[in-house]
Amino acid sequence: MTRHQQIALRIDGLRMRYGTAEILTDVTFQMRHGEITALLGPNGAGKTTTIEVLEGFRQPSGGQIEVLGTDPAQGGSQWRARVGVVLQSWRDHARWRVRELLAHQGRYYTRYATDLIERPWDVDDLLEVVGLTDHADQQVRLLSGGQRRRLDVAIGVVGRPELLFLDEPTAGFDPEARREFHDLVLRLAAEGDTTVLLTTHDLNEAEKLADRILILDRGRIVADGTPSELARQIVGDDLVRWTHNGQRYVRSTTDSTSFIFQLFQQYGDAITDLEIQRSSLEDTYLHLVRQAEAGAGTTTSPELGEVA
Amino acid sequence: MPGSTRTLRTGVARGLVELRQGFTGVELAGQLLWPMVTLAALFLVRNRSAGDSDVSLGGWALPSALGMFVTFGMLLMVQHLSAEREDGTLLRAKATPHGIQGYFIGKLVTVSGTILVYLLILLLPGLFLVDGVVVGSIGGWATLLWVLALGLIATQSIGVVIGSLLPSPRAAGYLALPVLGLVGISGIFYPITALADWVQWIAQVFPMYWLGLGMRSAFLPNDAVSVEIGASWRHLETGAVLGAWALLGLIVAPVVLRRMARRESGSRVAARREKLLQRVG
Repeated sequence: MTRHQQIALRIDGLRMRYGTAEILTDVTFQMRHGEITALLGPNGAGKTTTIEVLEGFRQPSGGQIEVLGTDPAQGGSQWRARVGVVLQSWRDHARWRVRELLAHQGRYYTRYATDLIERPWDVDDLLEVVGLTDHADQQVRLLSGGQRRRLDVAIGVVGRPELLFLDEPTAGFDPEARREFHDLVLRLAAEGDTTVLLTTHDLNEAEKLADRILILDRGRIVADGTPSELARQIVGDDLVRWTHNGQRYVRSTTDSTSFIFQLFQQYGDAITDLEIQRSSLEDTYLHLVRQAEAGAGTTTSPELGEVA
Repeated sequence: MPGSTRTLRTGVARGLVELRQGFTGVELAGQLLWPMVTLAALFLVRNRSAGDSDVSLGGWALPSALGMFVTFGMLLMVQHLSAEREDGTLLRAKATPHGIQGYFIGKLVTVSGTILVYLLILLLPGLFLVDGVVVGSIGGWATLLWVLALGLIATQSIGVVIGSLLPSPRAAGYLALPVLGLVGISGIFYPITALADWVQWIAQVFPMYWLGLGMRSAFLPNDAVSVEIGASWRHLETGAVLGAWALLGLIVAPVVLRRMARRESGSRVAARREKLLQRVG
């Protein structure tokens, strides 16, 4: 599949500033077609701002952005039809019935059907996929939180988007609902051959869903790769502990193997109680989160309040 | 089918769905309240006469009230807009191709439809409850049509402008006060000629007075004109003032609307939700 070699999204040097507060300093990354990418970061890192720029809802202060070959700020209806946005519903369309609302949203996409992509998604099929068949004739306001979120996803994909954005899709979910939601996203991505960008502050979620993880911290991408690549790329220092002449030593080092080799060369078997603690991706990420929390308030803008 | 026709159809379908929702179940009771209260008021004054004319005050005020209800389209539009901006309906429309157009076509259909239903609820029983209202003349129906069309365009486009500028649905609630004040000075329930000159001048700036006048000219016998300003139905002036408001609305509304839609984003909706929940909780 050559399409998978193509770039779906490219941002280069994205900056975002509100007054004197700089939310995004330099965000640069690319996504290929068919990839599921997670934008991971602590609260206040700039995830929502980044995804809103890509969705075309926010004008960046600087940088080159291309989503499906178009600058989102200039994206017309043609472009909009190829991009899906999963919004977190609150109480909009409360009195609409589930099927009625999905069918209505689908109508806007009819004219964008192509030989390759049938648009919109058949409403009954889609209800089946998101597990809302039994609630098709129910009013939206009577749905449970989890059902409502699945309807949000259905609305986001009813036009069979080539690229789908999900911002903190499982915030406030219990573990059960979270697992169901993960399965749904994976199924959608496989079935629709859809490129997905989601934001999350949960490392486990990112590892489970994403082919690739980008870690955003204080307005910059600080790590980029598959979960296993990341573990190698951003490993912090390993911790080496040993005892020599009854004295306990601790040393942190980036290259524990050569450090220990030198240690043995120097002291031979006088070294005892040797311990190596490798830093995991989780440790590194938690370290980032703690740093962000310690500095909270300095990176969030007053105008936006809580922006992830 | 050309794209614009599709959008138009989708928007009209949207409007009809929401119109139906507005008149089913518990919503219905709320919708009927104000027309019913108005009818009751007209019934109570059916035996008094309007100013020095031979027309009963009830008969005189029925068409005036029709004009008043057309003006309420402005309030309805403001309420819908500010509420649906807060709850994210508008953002959803923005995330959909041609969604904003569809949304507004739908809104015009819903609000116009609601107003027309109000007018029927007032007019049909009203004809039996009060004397003096004349229906059936071709000229009367023609007047009704153009006054109604201009009135719906003027009041709803102004509603779009105000609804786009207001910061919250709370602010939209306060807007009802000046509009009720306007009812008081626009000669809806009593001839305007009974009021001081300067009050008459203020009332004549706004569409409500002219909508009432236009409706009276369509539904009342000719001799009822004696209690109007200058003893004239002033069709030319009515068309000019309503037309000017409509034109102003049609020019300004798309600009304000585009600016408002451009600013919508998920974090804005989330921030408003947060704010509201804090207020409630």
